[in-house]
Amino acid sequence: MDMQVSFLDRLFEAGLLIDTGVEGLYGRSGQFEDVIAAFERLIDRFGGADGAEAIRFPPGMNRAYFEKSGYMKSFPQLAGTVHSFCGCELDHVSLMKCMDEGGDWTGEQKATDIVLTPAACYPLYPTVAKRGRLPAEGGLYDLQSYCFRHEPSTDPARQQLFRMREYVCMGTQDHVTDFRQRWMDRGVQMMDAVGLTVEIDVANDPFFGRAGRMLANNQRDQNLKFELLIPVTSAAKPTACMSFNYHQDAFGTKWGLELEDGSTAHTACVGFGLERIALALFAHHGLDVKDWPAHVRKALWG
Amino acid sequence: MNETIRGLVTKFGGLPVAVDQIADDADLYSAGLSSFASVQLMLGLEDAFDVEFPDTLLNRKSFSSINAIAATLTQILDKRDVA
Repeated sequence: MDMQVSFLDRLFEAGLLIDTGVEGLYGRSGQFEDVIAAFERLIDRFGGADGAEAIRFPPGMNRAYFEKSGYMKSFPQLAGTVHSFCGCELDHVSLMKCMDEGGDWTGEQKATDIVLTPAACYPLYPTVAKRGRLPAEGGLYDLQSYCFRHEPSTDPARQQLFRMREYVCMGTQDHVTDFRQRWMDRGVQMMDAVGLTVEIDVANDPFFGRAGRMLANNQRDQNLKFELLIPVTSAAKPTACMSFNYHQDAFGTKWGLELEDGSTAHTACVGFGLERIALALFAHHGLDVKDWPAHVRKALWG
Repeated sequence: MNETIRGLVTKFGGLPVAVDQIADDADLYSAGLSSFASVQLMLGLEDAFDVEFPDTLLNRKSFSSINAIAATLTQILDKRDVA
């Protein structure tokens, strides 16, 4: 049995995660949620004084915004769309018959106006663009959402529905790259406070196909993405628990985000994989939080 | 070769300036070549020259200028001739 399955089994046995029969789709215990809530408070302590505007979107976004975002160009394999039955009573009879016979009843489902949110910040850009030009000090936003990525796996650190906490910064190139560097420093400090050993490395997104290989190489060549890595299920392949992304003016151009002087905004975001951080804590300090080192418990629960 | 490349840059590059105003050694990214356009250009070059770029050459440098593209293609075509 490989390490990943055994850690997942231990999490199930301890009741921290709850098996639903689908890989990467799990329930969470109260204890697991309490660790995430405590870590989010730690994030607040590090970032709260920055004065970010808090916004919470549900885990679904406007399909039109999703289409415009270009997500399907880069990550068609990860996207999840919401479909519903939109037929008449006669169609319903056919549907019931098909389900009774064990047939594929999903083919007649129609796409709704909702797509599952792939990253917490995706609904933000069109929302901010609608407000008009950014104020002189730029924009800073605090987001958290469940996100969906279709990548079934027995690695508990690769879930299909997981929470992402994010700060997004909009402004000049210097403004947003300073923001990104500040959070790389803070990320290391935060993980140190909870007793986790980390490394930061340049990274790329999982772009689709051979064309994606080129996009990934471009992203690395330009140092656009860094990840904070912590061993969770493997010391050799540590898990990305935070990411630090500089989008240049790509989102600014796409969504028409303008600075006070009318120039195109640059954007950057820092993301926390909340389940991954909780899993790193459980993997490193043990499955019973009562046994965690005192300084870690103090950092999380005061 | 450079003229064929110029034709493909015109078709796939989406540049805001006419390609004939761009020198062979000018930086195409500075001229407005986006990441996605460079991917389209890469696929167009593969089709036109009947080659497949190896992963090691799928980077910004390979497509950074008309000359760089020509050098990248020459490298692949030479290897194929040797093989």
